Amino acid sequence: MPRSIQLNQKGQLHHLLSTEGLPRAIVMQILDRAKDFLVADGQGGFEVKSQPLLAGKSIFNIFFENSTRTRTTFEIAAKRLSADIVNLNVNASSTAKGESLLDTIDNLAAMQADMFVVRHSQSGAPYLIARHINQVAPQIHIMNAGDGRHAHPTQALLDMFTIRHFKGDFTQIRVAIVGDVLHSRVARSGIHALTTLGVPEIRVIAPKTLLPSGLAEMGVQTYTDLVKGLQDVDVIMMLRLQNERMRGALLPSPQEYFKHYGLTEDKLRHAHPKAIVMHPGPMNRGVEIDSAVADGGQSVILSQVTFGIAVRMAVMDLLNQSGP
Amino acid sequence: MTVSTQRFIDPTPPRVALTGGRVLDPASGLDAPRDLFLAEGSVVAMLPQGQQPDGFTADQTIALSGQCVAPGLVDLCARLREPGFEYRATLESEMQAAVAGGVTRLVCPPDTDPPLDEPGLVEMLKHRARGLAQAHVHPLGALTIGLAGEQLTEMAELTEAGCIGFSQSLQPLVDTQVLFRAMQYASTFDFPVWLYARDPWLGAAGVAHGGPLAGRLGLPAIPVANETIRLLTLFELVRITGVRLHLCRLSSAAGIDLLRKAKAEGLPVTADVSVHHLHLIDLDIGDYDSNLRVDPPFRSQRDRSAIRAALLDGTLDAICSDHSPVDDDAKQLPFGEAEPGVIGLELLLPLVLKWADEEKLSMREALARVTQRPSDIMARDAGRLRVGGQADLFVFDPHAAWVVTNDTLKSQGRNTPYLGRELEGRVLATVVEGRLVFQKESLAVSVM
Repeated sequence: MPRSIQLNQKGQLHHLLSTEGLPRAIVMQILDRAKDFLVADGQGGFEVKSQPLLAGKSIFNIFFENSTRTRTTFEIAAKRLSADIVNLNVNASSTAKGESLLDTIDNLAAMQADMFVVRHSQSGAPYLIARHINQVAPQIHIMNAGDGRHAHPTQALLDMFTIRHFKGDFTQIRVAIVGDVLHSRVARSGIHALTTLGVPEIRVIAPKTLLPSGLAEMGVQTYTDLVKGLQDVDVIMMLRLQNERMRGALLPSPQEYFKHYGLTEDKLRHAHPKAIVMHPGPMNRGVEIDSAVADGGQSVILSQVTFGIAVRMAVMDLLNQSGP
Repeated sequence: MTVSTQRFIDPTPPRVALTGGRVLDPASGLDAPRDLFLAEGSVVAMLPQGQQPDGFTADQTIALSGQCVAPGLVDLCARLREPGFEYRATLESEMQAAVAGGVTRLVCPPDTDPPLDEPGLVEMLKHRARGLAQAHVHPLGALTIGLAGEQLTEMAELTEAGCIGFSQSLQPLVDTQVLFRAMQYASTFDFPVWLYARDPWLGAAGVAHGGPLAGRLGLPAIPVANETIRLLTLFELVRITGVRLHLCRLSSAAGIDLLRKAKAEGLPVTADVSVHHLHLIDLDIGDYDSNLRVDPPFRSQRDRSAIRAALLDGTLDAICSDHSPVDDDAKQLPFGEAEPGVIGLELLLPLVLKWADEEKLSMREALARVTQRPSDIMARDAGRLRVGGQADLFVFDPHAAWVVTNDTLKSQGRNTPYLGRELEGRVLATVVEGRLVFQKESLAVSVM
């Protein structure tokens, strides 16, 4: 029963809320579809193709928590599919006037939307919205663009796309996730996607203050020593450390954090020589990652951004194909 | 039927004969067919079926066919939401819910708005409750003014107004020095204090049990240490002050272990648990069901097993409904923003019976935890059926199944994960001080 809210009666993707419980076949379908939207640019990179698959459809970017960058990636993806996109910064308008979350959703649903891209600071908010939408406007699809600490499924899917592109087989690799796992929706969604795709060894590396409980149950090994954790890994997924968490009860200072958990060229040498370095952005250079690594030969950070557009197009296309 | 206040036109309670029932009285160990005769608010006779006391003529006869009769349920925590939160529930709605749930006596915590920190507020509440003439209402007074944890309330005055103990409700007393003084002062007059075991800092921003589920769902955690650390503090302060301490809503196996040791040491400590914690665990939160957001949180399966074991061995003394009506606007929110609380008055009986059934415990034994034991904690001669005692009782069919719906609930709160689910155990009638204050339409009452 839990998680099936993402799928319709026929087992098709109806809402994308989490990578947890997302069937492997659907993950692969999204990754394969995303590949269709990419063409080689002749210089080793890729371009994203436009295809008018969602012409006449309306997608609302509903951001209860501000994020210009994430909003923009969804906006570009929608435009490449010829959908109409409407951006709403809800925290700045209705909620400030005392309107409830579900009232806001009812109002927006009445504006004839086909898809809602939702970001919210509270874990689980998209589930509340999806359950409500299923009652009042079942034709609308919900895409979770990040909820609290819980999930960021499109980020995880673009990360999987990136890993598959550079590493091929998920069943032969070791992946390390480094940084603030406690507060990270990117880490949670990544872990579920990696386990679904059969990655045999997933490690998380962080000081104990940034590790949530229940990681073992999620199928990952925890390390508190960066060098030990990076030993022979094929993929390094760095996490962003929020500014407000750099000094306080979780960590004493960004300097001390960088010294022990910042990814430098020296530390990177402990990983597999062909390991790739990923980061969901925006990066804090000199805090979680050294510039030499961020801009170095093993970094695939900018590829992630390009792939992210194609992956979001693939999800929108797939949602559009599923009926209510 | 709805209970009207017109009964009050007649100041004398009627003479009632309750015949053909199976009478369960945990205090005396009775579980046998008996006819009960009530007059002037008391039980005047309890006789084998067919017999009748000399000269007794009944104004009302309730003829049962084997349904159960038991002492009215005694609930150690029901939030009636008055004063201050009338948009959530009113005294009228919740008092109806109480008697519809077989509850004849309840304790309400001081977390109203304003909190119950002045005798006038307590007197008003008692007065309003008396006017409704349903369940007996016993307020807990605020331990500190405004529950702010700074200045002691006039505990002696509040006791005179009707408070049976003092509590901070869910507001932990942050300053340990004030907590110590409050307990010391209460012990001067032998007033009991009723406290939750919640550390004011550790996991204070948490919304779910600090286990794998909270980690997976990305919900801020309330670790078990939130309970255990506070328990250690409270037990030490009991040792120093000698105050009688009642612990409200224990939730963890580790907390129960500490309680067991404290009781073995002979500390004057009692404890209750919410009936929902006998059944629900953190995993039931599923996809962020905000009806599962409660304080203290639903913990792991292991904690639930420990709670059940502690009720059986007597470490935990009583089960309460922890009834907390919350309006839809405060529940239809993301899990972390939703107001904590579930309703329980009308679910108390079926959920206690469900627990008894699962634990192979006799109904009589199970009912002890919601009648005699809580009454003992309140230091009231209630929660039992005996000749000469107050006629507070209820009639129920333990096997009658019913579906929890908007229509079957009297409470104004709809915040329960059991909405739409079927439960067994239906209250058919409730009698308070000899008056029939609730009855199902299906129950035949003949009036002379």
